[in-house]
Amino acid sequence: MGETFLKLLEGLPLTLKLTFSSVTLGLVVAMALATMRMSGMPALDWFARAYVFVFRGTPLLVQIFLIYYGLGQFRPALQALNLWGFFREPYWCALLALTLNTAAYVSEIIRGGLQSVPRGQIEAARACGMSPFLLYRRIIIPIAVRQALPGYGNEIILMVKATSLASIITMMEVTGIAHKLISQTFRAIEIFICAGAIYLILNFVVTRAIQALEHRLSPHLRDAPVPVQRLDPAISSGVDR
Amino acid sequence: MNNPRFRLGWLALSACAFLATAAEAQQGREITIATEGAFMPWNYTEPSGKLGGFDVELVNDLCRRMNAKCKVVGQDWAGIIPALQAGKHDAVMTGMNITDKRLAVIGFSRPYATSRHVFATMTDRETLNLPKSGQLIDITSLSDDGKNTIEQMKKLIKGKTIGVQTSTNALAFLETYFKGDIEIREYKTAEQHDLDLSAGRIDAVFVDYASAMSSREKKELNGMTIAGPSFRGGLLGRGVAIGLRKDDGELKQRFDQAIEQALADGTIKTLSMKWFKSDMSPPQ
Repeated sequence: MGETFLKLLEGLPLTLKLTFSSVTLGLVVAMALATMRMSGMPALDWFARAYVFVFRGTPLLVQIFLIYYGLGQFRPALQALNLWGFFREPYWCALLALTLNTAAYVSEIIRGGLQSVPRGQIEAARACGMSPFLLYRRIIIPIAVRQALPGYGNEIILMVKATSLASIITMMEVTGIAHKLISQTFRAIEIFICAGAIYLILNFVVTRAIQALEHRLSPHLRDAPVPVQRLDPAISSGVDR
Repeated sequence: MNNPRFRLGWLALSACAFLATAAEAQQGREITIATEGAFMPWNYTEPSGKLGGFDVELVNDLCRRMNAKCKVVGQDWAGIIPALQAGKHDAVMTGMNITDKRLAVIGFSRPYATSRHVFATMTDRETLNLPKSGQLIDITSLSDDGKNTIEQMKKLIKGKTIGVQTSTNALAFLETYFKGDIEIREYKTAEQHDLDLSAGRIDAVFVDYASAMSSREKKELNGMTIAGPSFRGGLLGRGVAIGLRKDDGELKQRFDQAIEQALADGTIKTLSMKWFKSDMSPPQ
């Protein structure tokens, strides 16, 4: 069991790399999409809508297959565009699919967060004479982030697990190694339990981190700290002696 | 409804039904046989979802000989042995070779075919030039000549990316003889590494010879060519056989008998010529 666990851990760096890169890049793409969606310009709005519709409406597995095996059939065209170096490597294909997929979900989470900021608060801030930048920094973003965080935490957890799909395009991350070990030893239960435990630990860390962040961002939901009663210095020193 | 006699009647009726099904089960136990369905020409899945190929046609013939009711089902390659152990099916017939590692966990019938493995590459790019083309090297006991050939191949193949189906003898072979010299990329099915070979993501595949021959007939793999010698024996297996649970001695006996009959009357040879264009029957 311990040996299995160590073997599976060899896949952990790749799992982490895929998760971290896709979540980070996905967030950037998602911000752009959310901005387009809320820009009020029909062309941008509809592009973002179509993007979200396609990437949220099709299975990630299909997207990975399409990007890897599908585009693989257009090698001459991709070579002409100098893109083959990118699409040749399974790692970049997996990363691209994961990023595009998570961006669709996260853009909707961001939009939800931004739209949840009460109008009254924005108007109040304007009435106080806040500049648009200050308005975003002090009012809109803090509230939007607080609202979006639970949903975003969910998405990160889903991404940690989604990296396991990269194993179907020859990436040897935790699940890929698990499959390989099973076919060598035929001990499916033990190996899948170990692999499951690794994802569980990863997601435990993720949920704790999100929880800590949520805690930090919502001081208004907690009771005000009770001030500690100060002892009279004279009495306390008197007791000491 | 509350009449006790009425209830007794129901009980008797359901007991009869139960006994009838039990008797039926004992009389003709249906044998479920799993095949991968992605390893042309051994076995493949038709667009309609029907399974076909050498394995499927032969097993139907064997079942007729055994007078048994058989059901052939598709099953992912990597899980095919664990599923056999778990009782999801009773036999595995999917071009699988007998190896020591597999013998440790499952039983096998007698071989119904032989196979050999080759490197296959595409002619439209920097070709893999390997020595001893067309020769057969048995790795059960490597001769000096065989060892030299492998050493020579190591130098020529250095730095290449080779595709191979995961958890196969082919992978074990590459890891034993070429690890460190080549980059091994593992695929779930042979069809997938063929796709990547034609796309140019990998330089060559190491694959069952018959499977390579049949891949070559696809349009995308037109320029596919065999490089170097072919290998058999040792960790590449002692012949293709039906995988069975170890404690299923009765089924092994029935399959062994049927295979021997099929060998004796030339059925295996005929099917082999049809699917492989060469005689793959094992020595009797």
